[in-house]
Amino acid sequence: MNLELIRASIPEIIDGLGFTLLMWLPGSALALALGLLVAILRHYGGPALDRGLQALLGVLRGTPFLVQIFLLYYGGPFIGWDFDAPTAGLLGLSVYGAAYFAEIIRGGLAAVPRGHVEAAACVGMTRAQTLRRVLLPEMALLILPSTINMLIVLMKETAVLSIITVPELTAVITGIGSLHFAYAEAAFMLAVCYWGLTEATGLLGRGLERRLQRFRLA
Amino acid sequence: MTWAVLSLLLAGAGVTAAISVVSVIGGLLLGIAICGASLARSRALRGCAAVYVSFFRGVPLLVQLLLLYHALPRLGLDLPGIAAAVLGLTLCTAAYQAETLRGGFVNVPAGLIEAGRIVGMTARQIMLRVRAPIALRLTLPAVVNEAILILKASSLVSVVGVADLTRTAQNIASSNYRPIETFAAAGALYLLLNIVVGGAGAGLGRMVGRGR
Repeated sequence: MNLELIRASIPEIIDGLGFTLLMWLPGSALALALGLLVAILRHYGGPALDRGLQALLGVLRGTPFLVQIFLLYYGGPFIGWDFDAPTAGLLGLSVYGAAYFAEIIRGGLAAVPRGHVEAAACVGMTRAQTLRRVLLPEMALLILPSTINMLIVLMKETAVLSIITVPELTAVITGIGSLHFAYAEAAFMLAVCYWGLTEATGLLGRGLERRLQRFRLA
Repeated sequence: MTWAVLSLLLAGAGVTAAISVVSVIGGLLLGIAICGASLARSRALRGCAAVYVSFFRGVPLLVQLLLLYHALPRLGLDLPGIAAAVLGLTLCTAAYQAETLRGGFVNVPAGLIEAGRIVGMTARQIMLRVRAPIALRLTLPAVVNEAILILKASSLVSVVGVADLTRTAQNIASSNYRPIETFAAAGALYLLLNIVVGGAGAGLGRMVGRGR
């Protein structure tokens, strides 16, 4: 692929990058919210609900993301879920990510020292207050490294969405490549783009970890 | 779901299992080499290992597979799809396994290494009899976890034309127009394979833990 071709395709590539970010950031936010909800339900919901949700998470984490989005995108219309590719992609990414975030958050909640929860009860906090002022903030700090790691995983999973025709970075660049019979160059360019994105995310994440270090309780 | 369809899916699951097993074992061997490089005294070797790990962990597997599939023929290496798929999975999992192994080696208690030195072991003996066995035992759970991830990630080789479980399910779904049953069955087979891997890993863990 010559430089001229790259220069001519820059607008398309930026559109693709926009779509990748549009899948990744809202998808991750939804996944985090859904995962938090599941983790809290498991924490407070009693053993039956806990076991049910655990089984569901096991299925989501034991099957490939690709099979899940095939099921959603090609199977959905048969049960009235007629989503277009980006919606199905966003939904699939959120549910897939939620299964992992739920586990990360459950681990974080379990790692908050019991003494802190007891102390909150001693000073008369209600259960909701304890959750909001003790459990959630302490948990958030504990899970920061695994959350950043999961964000990077989800960023890479967005590439899979090109298979169900979401016009994100991978779809756009491989499209340009096959238009000009420059498959290898396109794949190379993709690798460089994603490498830059994941390295930048990792760098930002480590910076954030350092900044939040001072809130860490001994 | 007829028997004919099920037997096709089972054949696909066989391909998936074979690709994954070969890649995980190949990745472990390559991972050991990369881990060795990352713990080496030479700065150049450490740098190469760091770049390798960063690249293969930072680029989506799908892109790595596309790169191999399209770039290798350009270099005059015309691999069949399945070989390119196994190579791609191996290169990728090696980066992850190298990192977990490095973690294992770093966490071998210093006291045990000193004890080895005091009883007069050579550096080589300490490596073979103290550091390597303990590091492997420490990293076994992470390696089993990696095997499960690779089993799932192997679904991406369907994109470069390998008739694995996912590709087989896709072919069936596009001819019988029953994507729900077909992909759900494929998902169930993946789940089953993962349960087998998890069980084997737990058994291996008990075996390795016996000599503690």
